[in-house]
Amino acid sequence: MRKLLLFSFVILVGIIFLARLFYLQVYSNTANSIYNDNAIRKVFHYPKRGYVYDRNGILLVANQPSYDVMVIPREVEPLDTLEFCSLLKINKTQFLKYYKRAKHYSTRLSSPFLRHLSKEDYAYLSEKMRKFKGFYIQKRSLRDYQTTIGANVLGYIAEANQKEIKANDYYKMGDLIGKQGIEKSYEKQLRGIKGVKFIQKDRLNRDIGSYKDGTLDITPIAGKDITITIDSKLQAYGEYLMQNKIGGIVALEPSSGEILSLVSAPSYNPNLMVGRARSRNYTQLSKDSIHLPLIDKSLLRMHEPGSPFKALVALAALQEGVIDLNSSIYCNHGYTYGKKKRRMGCHCGGGRRILNTGISESCNAYFANAYKRTIDKYENATIGMDVWSSHIKSFGLGNYLGYDLSIGKKGNIPNGAYYDKWYPDFRWGATTVLSNAIGQGEILVTPIQLANITAAIANRGHYYTPHIIKDIKGDTIPSRFKTKHHTSIEKRHFEPVIQGLYDVYNRGTAKFLKIPGIDICGKTGTAENFLSINGTRKQYTDHSIFIAFAPKENPKIAIAVLVENGYYGSRFAGKIASLMIEYYLKGSISRTDLERWILEHTLEHEYIKPYSDAPFKINAQTELMRVDTYLKLQEQQQIINENP
Amino acid sequence: MQRDHRSFRVDWLTLILFLILVGFGWVNILSASISGEVTSYFDLDERYGKQAVFIIFTLVLIILILAIEAKFYERFASLIYLLSILSLIGLFIFGKNVNGATSWYGISGMTIQPGEFAKVATALAVAKYISDLQTNIKDFKDQLKTALIVIVPAALILLQNDAGSTLVYGSFFFVFYREGIPKSYLITILGLILLAISALKFSVIPTSISILIIVFLHHFFIKKKRKRIITPILITFFCTTFVFGVNLFYKHILQAHQQERISLWLRLEKDPAKLEKMRKTFAYNLKESEKAISSGGISGKGFMEGTRTTGKFVPEQDTDYIFSTVGEEWGFMGSALVVITFVILLLRILHLAELQKNQFSRVYGYGVAAILFFHFMINIGMVMGLIPTIGIPLPFFSYGGSGLWGFTILLFIFIKLDSNRINEW
Repeated sequence: MRKLLLFSFVILVGIIFLARLFYLQVYSNTANSIYNDNAIRKVFHYPKRGYVYDRNGILLVANQPSYDVMVIPREVEPLDTLEFCSLLKINKTQFLKYYKRAKHYSTRLSSPFLRHLSKEDYAYLSEKMRKFKGFYIQKRSLRDYQTTIGANVLGYIAEANQKEIKANDYYKMGDLIGKQGIEKSYEKQLRGIKGVKFIQKDRLNRDIGSYKDGTLDITPIAGKDITITIDSKLQAYGEYLMQNKIGGIVALEPSSGEILSLVSAPSYNPNLMVGRARSRNYTQLSKDSIHLPLIDKSLLRMHEPGSPFKALVALAALQEGVIDLNSSIYCNHGYTYGKKKRRMGCHCGGGRRILNTGISESCNAYFANAYKRTIDKYENATIGMDVWSSHIKSFGLGNYLGYDLSIGKKGNIPNGAYYDKWYPDFRWGATTVLSNAIGQGEILVTPIQLANITAAIANRGHYYTPHIIKDIKGDTIPSRFKTKHHTSIEKRHFEPVIQGLYDVYNRGTAKFLKIPGIDICGKTGTAENFLSINGTRKQYTDHSIFIAFAPKENPKIAIAVLVENGYYGSRFAGKIASLMIEYYLKGSISRTDLERWILEHTLEHEYIKPYSDAPFKINAQTELMRVDTYLKLQEQQQIINENP
Repeated sequence: MQRDHRSFRVDWLTLILFLILVGFGWVNILSASISGEVTSYFDLDERYGKQAVFIIFTLVLIILILAIEAKFYERFASLIYLLSILSLIGLFIFGKNVNGATSWYGISGMTIQPGEFAKVATALAVAKYISDLQTNIKDFKDQLKTALIVIVPAALILLQNDAGSTLVYGSFFFVFYREGIPKSYLITILGLILLAISALKFSVIPTSISILIIVFLHHFFIKKKRKRIITPILITFFCTTFVFGVNLFYKHILQAHQQERISLWLRLEKDPAKLEKMRKTFAYNLKESEKAISSGGISGKGFMEGTRTTGKFVPEQDTDYIFSTVGEEWGFMGSALVVITFVILLLRILHLAELQKNQFSRVYGYGVAAILFFHFMINIGMVMGLIPTIGIPLPFFSYGGSGLWGFTILLFIFIKLDSNRINEW
């Protein structure tokens, strides 16, 4: 027993020490990153962010220097707050607020104290900065937009949030990251690689030399300049035409899939998203719940395609061999079907219709018939629907297109299973879901998908994934944008359909929109528009839709236009499409009458209808309003509001 | 058992463990004391260079110790002790003050700390006295005399203001206990330590009341034929006086920095602002050393890669806080290895001590183990924040010639004694 006392003490102390070591080194050891090690000072050097040029080499986005005052709270020593505040042009309450915020984030890690100093303030401050221990100035580069257009495409950069910092350890508190548009899609190429110098500190916080002789230091690599496919002049013209209207324009180059313009109206000036004013401006823009300027209408608005979809219905029917060029139907101002003699109306004027006139006059009855025959070709509707659906989907509908902007919608193209689920106890057939034939019912597309099917038709059966990137300096663009996607429709079936689309302009629904000297093929569309506001679903004025491509041979541009609440297709969207095509192909406008009409008319009065308690009419030609009239009305309204 | 040549009969395991500790210690001193490039490992301007020279000299010392006849140490123990005491007394006249303690002789740029050698002398003297045929450790007078052998150098060192080193002399209690002092001493000492901690942690009144309750409950519930009420009363009186005494001692006799260390250890300070201030001032070492050890993780940052070691964040990192460098650069694996090496070394010494046929060798061996154990426990315990800050070196590891030589002489005299075991009949 006496022998064992010291013996057991030794073993006991050994075990206690091992347990303590385990607790300190294994259990409570935090992530051992050099970035978290406060014995190492990190000096960051942010390289130039890549410039952005349009397809014609016009500089759209450049940089401007910006200076942030950063703070590492644990290193802050008592300072002359009064002097510091006056240098930063803040008051003491703000000082305490910012300091508290930084301390709340971390006492060890640096975080922005005051962002985006002006150059003058920076000049004053940089000389005195040594006096304020724990504070330092970090130079960054902010965007300097050389243009006021294309905000939805260009996107913006802003400070990385906690989630982004957690997801990617490249980013530290206060770093800027692409949040939208190309800034987000090509963040890695544009940002380059920030330089880091690791400096060993001693316990008095003095630098005692570079850490590991600088072997871990990272040399900054400048961001790569990129060229985007946007034609900034066409984009500007599109945004100009879309004033006082909500909607989107997507123009593609069919031979490459390049996006020539991607208009979302209304938009905003990209310069609003720069610097200290960004968050205030952002909040203001996000509050506009009618126009939703932050929502990209070309990429995010799902709607029924309306009549342009008939071209695909015709192509599917031709491919399935259920119609030929001469198969005809007699349109009795509608299409009667089923045992109960139900009827789908038609506004084409009636009479005998073949494929060509069916398209050019947009005859509902003709396409109802073609669609029904396609589905009915198969033993049951489920299989028929699947075949039809896969033809339609081969045009890139019903799923994400795969373009290089980070937002999008799938749209909807139903298949057999979709309706089996809808009608579990019911033998549904082609006529049950007949609305699909005319681009209504369960069909949903986005404007860019519409533009893509236009390009596929223009190419006679294939398309390239639409994309915004044209060139990355010193790099290649993703190969997926060089891959041809074939539709499931044979090439020979396209010519008659294209002829029909040509005749839309020639003598059909768009005959008043002809552009002298250019053979345009197009199709008008009108999509019914239901909105649920505060739980009640109501119908509002139809969306005006138009697709077109030109020239007929060797097409250079394919375009889709959506004008919300614009009523029938040729009323707004058709005019805009024609003007865009002319502007792109000729560089000038000969149809100034169309241009003037578009600029003079507003749809603002339509957009406030859902939010006003007053009764309103929809789909009425009489509801057309000129901009000056609207402004006068607004003025009167204001006077009434102010003097009740 | 037949062994060939007598002079080769050293305990190889102990020797190897010693070499591991000294070698690994130097590696860490190199890392902790380096500034800039290494020109020579024997660069006398740098601590690692000096330590390298100390180590070389240590090897000479070892050969010397092993060459001397084993009986020499027993025979001259008293003389060595006397010289040692004189060297301690001499400090009051010729001593050099470093960090508030007058524990060094300065001789032409070199400093020598006689306290480090006094431990050896005391261990020898204790062994000599206890093993004397006329000494009966069960006899109170002899107990007192033995204690005096320890108390004299301890008191001298305390007077030189080196409280840490004084504590080490407490390790001799293990020796006395092994040699037969009554068990009641052990119980009393453990009880008093417990009482002292309780008095500081839970304050005087609750502790006293608890004593009263426990002692009287014990008295009434124990079945004994002759119960005398006077015993519990005396025990309670004694304990309570002790508790008050501890409190007075803590408040009025301990120096401010000692108070603070104990206050932090027992978490007596509740005010967060004051706690924060403590962490930034006198507990700075502790905070930084815990951080450095913790940042090492499982496998450490690697030799000379410790950012806190390189930045000299932990003061005294090459001396008392050397273990924090081990922790940072070699991680859990390296520091656990050091702990395990020490434990094996201590157990080995204890085992060998028990094997001794000569009582002098056994008592001395026990003394060696006990002294090394105290240093090991207090130093590493302090660096890891388990016990209050008490500045004593880690044997074989910490920078310093006197310390290294003192521990080496201490250990190798025992190795020599052990090697002579076979001749002892």
